[in-house]
Amino acid sequence: MQPDRHEISVSVNGTAYRRNVESRMLLSDFLRHELLLAGTHVGCEQGVCGACTILLDGAPIRSCLMLAVQANGHELSTIEGLASDSGELSPVQKAMHEHHGLQCGYCTPGILMTMTAFLKQNPSPSEEEVREALSGNLCRCTGYQHIVDAMMAAAQAMRASAP
Amino acid sequence: MKPAPFKYVAASSLDHALTLKAEHGDEARFLAGGQSLIPAMNFRLARPAVVIDINGLDELAGIAHGPTIRVGALTRYCALERDSEFLDSCPLFADALPHIAHPQIRNRGTIGGNLSHADPASELPALAVAMEAQMRLKSAGGERRLAASEFFEGSLTTGLAADEMLVEVEFPALPPRSGACFMEVSRRRGDFAIAGLATIVTLDAEGRCTKVRLALCGVGETPVDASEAAAPLVGHACADRPIEAAAAAIRAAIEPAGNVHASADYQRHLAGVLAQRAIRTAYQRAANAA
Repeated sequence: MQPDRHEISVSVNGTAYRRNVESRMLLSDFLRHELLLAGTHVGCEQGVCGACTILLDGAPIRSCLMLAVQANGHELSTIEGLASDSGELSPVQKAMHEHHGLQCGYCTPGILMTMTAFLKQNPSPSEEEVREALSGNLCRCTGYQHIVDAMMAAAQAMRASAP
Repeated sequence: MKPAPFKYVAASSLDHALTLKAEHGDEARFLAGGQSLIPAMNFRLARPAVVIDINGLDELAGIAHGPTIRVGALTRYCALERDSEFLDSCPLFADALPHIAHPQIRNRGTIGGNLSHADPASELPALAVAMEAQMRLKSAGGERRLAASEFFEGSLTTGLAADEMLVEVEFPALPPRSGACFMEVSRRRGDFAIAGLATIVTLDAEGRCTKVRLALCGVGETPVDASEAAAPLVGHACADRPIEAAAAAIRAAIEPAGNVHASADYQRHLAGVLAQRAIRTAYQRAANAA
């Protein structure tokens, strides 16, 4: 059987890409292997761990549960796009750093993408809401408390700097 | 690349999708949210030769309100969660949606994909049975309706023919003075239910039950319709004795198989506890709705 290939155009962190992909290529593998954006991590590849979470048109999704060909025409955001061009960390990244919200860091890109979208929609979340928002991202190092602390701090910092 | 090779086609219209399905039959799978199909393909438990992507078919997404609430198959969980009119008219969803996996999954997963997948531990099949939903099935050759109670035939098995797609789900609006409640117990938040239970209680002007609908998930090969077992409630106001009688009948009516998280006895026990709690809550909500 000849590989089934398709031409796709996607925007990732504002940069347009055109690639020819095999239909069975997962979006997570496309980002890592074709675009060499390896900040998106791959854990379970069955939609459980959340490490591969990216934003599809602004909404967090599992990139291991989507085919690259399905992303044709869509806008994606990944961990590589969070910091500014000069390297300044986003408020969510900064808070994770300051509150020791990561140890091994494997789950961190997924958590940052999930929570960046969440805090945009919910600028004043309760701790309970933060925990619920984090429920789809597994972390085996931190016990979550420092991540929750970081997110509460990030929300506060973002509110303080909002116009 | 984990899935086995397949031919991918983005359907340009519903007719296009149905024509392709008629042509390829069981060799083809519809791809909606992909939250069940893609993991199965990653594990190579599913190896479709043709994947028909229906995500571009906007006519399949959306909620039409009215005496019958019609929900397009491609409507995503997140769209259901955000529609307050829908949650008011179909209150079981307000209780159940937060239990369905996690926000990232709810941003992609669809009602039609969930019901067509027919996982007996999933919440929505039990909701469809409790609410007496009608499934609208379409093929290139025509269209038919199937009651939810007939749609689910076994674990991951439905009444869909090889050339059919579930295109819409119709939920009858609840009668006046009705209250609904869904509860479940799972090992962790977002996991599949060890046992879950959906009930709708309708009361007369004196607060006596005139009708009860009750279905469970996670305790059988299909969602289990236990409305008959709950019938001891009919004619009674909210009181310990009829509710305990209904719970006992429900425990006796189900045949859970047990799993890695729970023995069959524990599942049966949970069904009884959930029945009592959910029925009481549904009574209260029905009284408040009056």
